[in-house]
Amino acid sequence: MNTLALTMIWPFFICIILVAIIGLYCLLFTFNLIRALIGFEILMKAVTLLIIVAGYASGQSALAQSLVITLIVIEVVLVTVAMGIVLGLHKHYKSLDVRNLRNLKG
Amino acid sequence: MLIIISLIAFVLAALWAVMTRSLLRSAIALALTSAMLTIVMFRLRAAMAAAFELSVCAGLISVVFISALSLTHPLTWNEIRQHMKDRLSRFWYLPVIVVVVGFALFFLKVTPEFKLPPAEIEKDVREVLWNLRQLDLIGQVAVLLAGGLGVVILFRDKEKK
Repeated sequence: MNTLALTMIWPFFICIILVAIIGLYCLLFTFNLIRALIGFEILMKAVTLLIIVAGYASGQSALAQSLVITLIVIEVVLVTVAMGIVLGLHKHYKSLDVRNLRNLKG
Repeated sequence: MLIIISLIAFVLAALWAVMTRSLLRSAIALALTSAMLTIVMFRLRAAMAAAFELSVCAGLISVVFISALSLTHPLTWNEIRQHMKDRLSRFWYLPVIVVVVGFALFFLKVTPEFKLPPAEIEKDVREVLWNLRQLDLIGQVAVLLAGGLGVVILFRDKEKK
């Protein structure tokens, strides 16, 4: 990747960093389990854009797209299973607040 | 120009998804984030990945989130007031951080003219996916099976005695 390509993709990097900060902040500071999943999703969006921009800048767009397709499949399965766990916890504790989930007795 | 507007909308939608109090609005904002990402990906000549992003992330994941929200109980008015006060104290730093970091990064390397490089002859994504990344496909099938099994186990009813 040459300097010219780096200059052109700089706005993308700014957005990727900002979205990653937003996702990380949400993951770190929220107590709601569903919002934590939303934060995770936002972080994944930043990673998706990073892979696509890297593929575009290096001329390997097809490889980047195939990686993104794999990433999306994993993301969907992870969110679905995590949502099942969240709903199970909500059924048991009647709350989505992680501060109420300190009992690991089962 | 469209790509710059889409990038700004992408960041703003992500910020809205985190900052809004309502979880339903948050799920809608997440779908909007995916839609904006789709436009950016399409402009970066990643049409197939963009189609996946739009159909799966903006469509399917939003449905999963909204269905999950419909299965949980809403907060009472007192809980909402307490929750808002609590949330505001934790989340008001985020827009400040985003604006400060955004300006710092913008002035670190200013690009007066933003233009895309010329089109290149590249491999077809289907060829790469089916011929070069076959192991990824096996992994995807394994993950899907594991996810399906996980959902079946999580949602199964307890056996009647």
